[in-house]
Amino acid sequence: MARVLINVPAQAKRGEIIEIKTLIAHPMETGYRLGPTGAAIPRDIINRFTCSYNGEEVFRAEFFPAIAANPFIAFFTVATESGQIVFSWTDDHGETQTEIRQITVE
Amino acid sequence: MRALVLAVAAATAAATAAEIGPPDRRSGYDFAGPESRAMQDDDTANPGMLGVLQGETLWATKAGTADRSCAECHGDARTSMKGVAARYPAFERALARPLDLEGRINRCRTEHQGAAPFARESEDLLALTAFVAYQSRGLPITVPGDAELRPFLDLGSELFHRRQGQLNLSCSQCHDDNWGKRLAGAVIPQGHPTGYPVYRLEWQSLGSLQRRLRNCMIGVRAEPYEYGAPEAVALELYLMKRAQGMPLETPAVRP
Repeated sequence: MARVLINVPAQAKRGEIIEIKTLIAHPMETGYRLGPTGAAIPRDIINRFTCSYNGEEVFRAEFFPAIAANPFIAFFTVATESGQIVFSWTDDHGETQTEIRQITVE
Repeated sequence: MRALVLAVAAATAAATAAEIGPPDRRSGYDFAGPESRAMQDDDTANPGMLGVLQGETLWATKAGTADRSCAECHGDARTSMKGVAARYPAFERALARPLDLEGRINRCRTEHQGAAPFARESEDLLALTAFVAYQSRGLPITVPGDAELRPFLDLGSELFHRRQGQLNLSCSQCHDDNWGKRLAGAVIPQGHPTGYPVYRLEWQSLGSLQRRLRNCMIGVRAEPYEYGAPEAVALELYLMKRAQGMPLETPAVRP
């Protein structure tokens, strides 16, 4: 499991616009670099990120080789109700890492 | 003749510009762009914190033939490691020379844990170093006044002021005499080691002070010191002395 830093406000007022910040450890190997022997280093990137709020997708991004290592994504959403915010990152091997954070909306 | 003597005197004065005094000392943070500064200031945006998190795990992981973790001897790093990074490199009596923080961690591994040392610049060593140094964030750099360190400080100072490489430049010529000016597109910083291990955007990873020094040395076309070499540690020691009193920022973010 890759290390992840996620910043979601624990509490928000109904209708408030909240900022969500995520950072995940990943080499984001482009596939264009050569190793010490001259052989190409195989591409290994996260190619998809999604965020859903109580089951509804609120943000999605596709990644390409020009994204730097340890990708940082910040975006905004509207705090509608208390519940779960689920983050998932999918890499070139098809593996998905999922993280869940709770939010309380008053 | 008199004019020539004056000219020579002026040239000598310029060549031996004084060390930067405490009020004029500026961290690399002050030369970084607003985006890099914002990234460093926010712990959930600072990618160096990923290393600190990994280091926290390593701190509690058993290793070696002794099957002990760092935490079993040192306890809670938040108290036991507080201020430690601010006084490294420190003198190691058994070796009769100073050790940098990475060297100290590796010595702890071989002497007390019975484990293989981490490779220099490996992710694990940088992470554990970042975790230890993070406990000193905000504390002033305080080089110990040990008499044993004196010859190594002198060596470090000598290396800092010695011209080297095909470009025949000393560290001092850029970082004492010309800081704040530009070298191509980049501002020349004063060269204070306030945030190491540092997350450098160019590297896309954490890196040690010695990696940064090797970068500079390759830049002036000099032969860089090996990681952990006595010269590298002496230079590191002198740089810490030169930055005495400045707060540590680990993990810093630099362009």
